[in-house]
Amino acid sequence: MSHQILLGDEAIALGAVHAGLSAGYSYPGTPASEIMEYLVRLAGETKAFTAVWSVNEKVAYEEALGASFAGKRALVSFKHVGLNVAADPFMNSAVTGANGGLLVVSADDPGMHSSQNEQDSRYYVQFAQIFAYEPSDHQEAYDMAREAFDVSERFGLPVLMRMVTRLAHSRSPVQTREPRGPNELKTGAAKDWTLLPVNARRRFALLLDRQPEMVRFSEESPFNVLKLNESDRSLGVIASGVGYNYFREAMKGEAALPSFLKVSTYPLPESLVRELVGHVDAVLVIEDGYPFIERQLKGLFGIAGKTVLGKLSGAFPVTGELSPDIVRRALGRDPLPAVAASGLPLSGRPPQLCVGCPHADTFKALNKALENYPGSNVFSDIGCYTLGALPPYNAVQTCVCMGASVGMARGASDVGLHPVLSVIGDSTFAHSGITPLLGAAFANTDMTVIVLDNATTAMTGGQPSYGTGERLLRIIEGVGVAKEHIRTIEPLPKNHEKNIQVIKEEIDYRGLSVIVAIRECVQETRKKRS
Amino acid sequence: MKQDIILAGVGGQGILSIAYVIDNAALADGLFFKQAEVHGMAQRGGAVQSHMRLSSDAIWSDLIPKGEADMILSVEPLEALRYFEYLRPGGIVVTSLTPYRNIPDYPDIDRVLEAVRKAPRSVVVDSEKLAREAGTVKAQNIVLLGAAAGSLILKEASLLATIDALFRGRGAAVLEANLKAFELGKKAALGA
Ligand code: SF4
Repeated sequence: MSHQILLGDEAIALGAVHAGLSAGYSYPGTPASEIMEYLVRLAGETKAFTAVWSVNEKVAYEEALGASFAGKRALVSFKHVGLNVAADPFMNSAVTGANGGLLVVSADDPGMHSSQNEQDSRYYVQFAQIFAYEPSDHQEAYDMAREAFDVSERFGLPVLMRMVTRLAHSRSPVQTREPRGPNELKTGAAKDWTLLPVNARRRFALLLDRQPEMVRFSEESPFNVLKLNESDRSLGVIASGVGYNYFREAMKGEAALPSFLKVSTYPLPESLVRELVGHVDAVLVIEDGYPFIERQLKGLFGIAGKTVLGKLSGAFPVTGELSPDIVRRALGRDPLPAVAASGLPLSGRPPQLCVGCPHADTFKALNKALENYPGSNVFSDIGCYTLGALPPYNAVQTCVCMGASVGMARGASDVGLHPVLSVIGDSTFAHSGITPLLGAAFANTDMTVIVLDNATTAMTGGQPSYGTGERLLRIIEGVGVAKEHIRTIEPLPKNHEKNIQVIKEEIDYRGLSVIVAIRECVQETRKKRS
Repeated sequence: MKQDIILAGVGGQGILSIAYVIDNAALADGLFFKQAEVHGMAQRGGAVQSHMRLSSDAIWSDLIPKGEADMILSVEPLEALRYFEYLRPGGIVVTSLTPYRNIPDYPDIDRVLEAVRKAPRSVVVDSEKLAREAGTVKAQNIVLLGAAAGSLILKEASLLATIDALFRGRGAAVLEANLKAFELGKKAALGA
């Protein structure tokens, strides 16, 4: 058909649409946001399917699972840590199974470009014992997303696609094919989907029974490629995802390639792995993320008579993102000649709050209000405002996971800290801040929560927020916070003194207060104007 | 035939628009390309870069290996320096001379420009002045694209057609200014 220029993320989205997607769900998070951005745009144009920004990843997963139960093809996407939030329905959906094809996209962030950790989603694949794809380029992302729905329906299980930042945010032309229509409605079998122990035991046994078939399917997948070099048995390469690209890049211009196995599906294509390892003396495993394949190869005792090289052996750094340069070195090739660094000491340029950002005014007032409370602790959360941890503000002391600031503030207050504050954005509050506040309100915990209501999910580019404005105030009141301790401020330089006063008053109140700092993100204001 | 370009600048300076124009021109010219870009936190006023790879043959890595970049195209001079080790011997640096000072320890600009000029080949343009002359200071990125155009393996007509497609929807004045920005950048590079 035609060529379209797509981000890796968008290639997955379009592949899913062309496979007959009926519904997609997600919560924003780098590097996965562009999957749903694309689906929302396309759904708006074609009205052919549903595309929804969900309240959080767990909810997104459950919404997608419900669509699958109803027989339709569904997609759920999030960043790697989003899978932690969705882990409960994810693990159990491997037991219930899928009815309509269900594709789970989890985008890892090796190197932590925009994340709190570099966890590798392939461990979740192994944990849940389902089938997964790992694309190396845009065309594969599209093709695999299409195929994934058939595989999901064939095994009656969700299928995961593991992305990494580098491919998610790279653009390239993709050849698309004829789309197909959606499934008819057809609900799942109630006994399979009601995980009472009696049903769950039967379903879990079935999941285990299917494992050999999944391995065979992996072995037969054309996405896994084995090429043996008959004249050189010294070194073989196992490479997955973008690691495979770096391997081929490094070998450019060489007359012959070493034996290699390109791994694109999980569970590992075991027979192919055995064939490669049997053929060579040493194996170099090239994978972006954790040493997932390498660890399986090595086990506890290693492979007798063979050398396994990779992250665990020190051939690659254990942390950080792979690069063509790192892989080139590991393959024993000299670096390419290059221009020398300029020699001028280059000051770093870290990200910072936009000029005029409402958070800046809140942090200034907060810092001032806390001046005379040397033992104060400000727990914070995930969003643009996490940058408040950096100079010139140095205003917050934690960033752990979505919504953590509220629960952590309660814990710290319970054991005697004062004053204790939580600073959380409106979208993060809706995601995971309401439930801990419900408990704190019940206990009337001595803490002050500041909700930064900028009316959007700003960090990831301005997706909708479900708890903003009047609605946010009603939610806070609804969970049981005393009305007189729900305060609002407008973070603007002209209100600086007033805002300090409000924060001080609520700190001095030895119970639960919520201050809502209301002012729109300046990027959103700008978007509306243009 | 291949060309590897590091696009550099500060979040918000319009690097991704330059990439968009080059991507679409490459598609029109029948080239393979991969373009790795930065989203997320760094876009908030941090250093951003995009690896742009063009080739008549299939491309493997999304990232440019050190020593393979034929060009550094930067909207900010300090940012151009950050990627020197990617440049191949004989490679070219095309950059704006206008510093973007959102950090407290920005080095002396004369020393920055002196370092830029140590590249095997360099084109330094006053993109701010030229963009103003074209009608909008926002078009600095397109001034730089114009300054690089003579060194790109892409057809100028393909670049212009994409600029047209990108800005046409934003009104005749914006389109006009960006086309002029491209022209002024091109001229400046010839004189540099
Ligand atoms: S995007 Fe919005 S919330 Fe984020 S730093 Fe900029 S103004 Fe502040």
